Amino acid sequence: MSHLPAPITVARPRPAHRRSKRRSEAATAWTFVAPSVVIILGLSAVPVVWSLLLSFQTNDLVTPSRWSGLDNYRALAQDPHFSEAVRNTLLYVVLYVPLSMALGLMLALALNRRIRLVGLYRTLIFVPFVVSATAQGVLFSFILDPEFGAANAVLHHLGISPQGFLTDPSQALLVLVAITLWSGTGFCLVVYLAALQDVPPSLIEAALLDGANRRQVLRYVTLPTLTPVSVFLVLWQTINALQVFDLVYVTTKGGPLGSTTVIVYFIWEQAFKNGAAGYGAAAAYVLAVVLGLTAGILRIVRRRERRSLEGATA
Amino acid sequence: MTATAAPPYAAPTVAAGLPGPQRRRRRLPFSPWHLLLVPLALVFAVPLIWLLLSSVMSNAEINRFPPALWPSHIDLGGYRYVLGNAMFPRWFANSLIVSVATVVGNLVLGTLGGYAFARMRFTGSKLLLGLMMATMAIPFQLTMIPTFLVMKQLGLIDTLGALIVPSLVTPFAVFLLRQFFLSLPRELEEAAWIDGCSRLRVLWQIVLPLSRPALSTVAVLTFLSTWNDLTWPLIAINHEPQYTLQLGLTTFQGQHHTQWAAVMAGNVITVLPVLLAFLGAQKAFIRSITSSGLKG
Repeated sequence: MSHLPAPITVARPRPAHRRSKRRSEAATAWTFVAPSVVIILGLSAVPVVWSLLLSFQTNDLVTPSRWSGLDNYRALAQDPHFSEAVRNTLLYVVLYVPLSMALGLMLALALNRRIRLVGLYRTLIFVPFVVSATAQGVLFSFILDPEFGAANAVLHHLGISPQGFLTDPSQALLVLVAITLWSGTGFCLVVYLAALQDVPPSLIEAALLDGANRRQVLRYVTLPTLTPVSVFLVLWQTINALQVFDLVYVTTKGGPLGSTTVIVYFIWEQAFKNGAAGYGAAAAYVLAVVLGLTAGILRIVRRRERRSLEGATA
Repeated sequence: MTATAAPPYAAPTVAAGLPGPQRRRRRLPFSPWHLLLVPLALVFAVPLIWLLLSSVMSNAEINRFPPALWPSHIDLGGYRYVLGNAMFPRWFANSLIVSVATVVGNLVLGTLGGYAFARMRFTGSKLLLGLMMATMAIPFQLTMIPTFLVMKQLGLIDTLGALIVPSLVTPFAVFLLRQFFLSLPRELEEAAWIDGCSRLRVLWQIVLPLSRPALSTVAVLTFLSTWNDLTWPLIAINHEPQYTLQLGLTTFQGQHHTQWAAVMAGNVITVLPVLLAFLGAQKAFIRSITSSGLKG
């Protein structure tokens, strides 16, 4: 009996209690997110604006900067080194992205069956992906060294004249593509393999029952279900290829004769070597706009694909 | 080769119907696909095998033409030089410190941030989350110059701090962990919550033990990108004692152009930790990489 009033007294102050609890919860939440907010917004959102301002300035990272309006962008448009960097980057992307995806897809189709050692093959092909671009660059500088390299030694045994590889302006960019294919194909492979394993077996069985042969199953069942993954890979590989830098820095430093100067190398060189940070920032903005457009276009394609897929299944 | 061999197997699988097309193949000594796959796999494996072999060759063997393709004996001179005369041990320690600090930072701060965004209500949370997600689309090249200026202001240039602070927590870690926490059933936490546990205790004792897959994904990808990075250390570090392994390796190569055995020994030391981690936790690696990819 004496306990009876107790629930009532507890019930009455409840709203106030809850409000203070909510307030203290908000305080806890803020302490939880504060470090992330400070670091992430402080070191990426703020720099985005800062970079934009820099791109309208002449700045050498040491002395105070001064405003120069659109000068940096105007200069970029007329800079033959920049247009060369853009050309080199685009050539690199146009070669690397489709080749890595086609190779990855073919390997995935070959490995998507119950044969022995599939795990071993997958591991061997994927391993180069975890090797840093620096280590790749150093390793291939050695293998492709015109004098001491194993590649020319093998060619010598085959009776082929020695090649310049990374020291030959007509070969260097192609060699860089080949090195990146060595390390990047494994990524496409595992992504495609995972997607292939998600293709519903019932779809394939139905097609086989309907009298489709292997090639028709591949063409009309398997490949269409891979479309979303392919769109993702185009986006991913393109964005990464547009930003290639480490490998170029380690192997060729943009040479020989500027044949491997890519956009990010150009930005780095301007900002941190030539002391033209404003100019570098302007080039970075041009790259960012290209990256943004790539992502935007692919997002639209993807949405359309998804809609048409939904339409097909509905 | 394989093209001519394939049809006989393809045809019976169609004819044999559904349940056991693969079972049929097992009767053969080996699938014809191996004829294609073995050389292909070798193409991918040979450069790394060559890396290992040349690191134990003598310089005399490497520097003659044509160079030896197989070491006549194991010569550890390259490793001795790299570990004794060069700063590789120091660079290794630097890389390790930076990578461990970054991984721990992302796990702790990513968990706290991700949990708050997933489970707690506070004003501005939606706006903040949106802003943070938007930063994921910002390319590094756009932020590197101002980040350099910020680090310079903080006096961190040429210290390991400059390498740690900017990647102490990434929007990727916060977002990935938030998504994972959202997928956990609320009821588990609510029971503990009603029992009077603090948020931090609920997080530590109930949520985290369930979150190992997401945490390992964050750890794996953070470690991989930090350990392998060259661009940012190249910008933020100028003095050799503060170099990371990647920066040290490329500088070392530039300075010791003809001592390839030593350069390759240094290269092995640079690659080995990632390679061992990958081979040890291959499933987690591949799952992390494909899951972040497929959902993206």
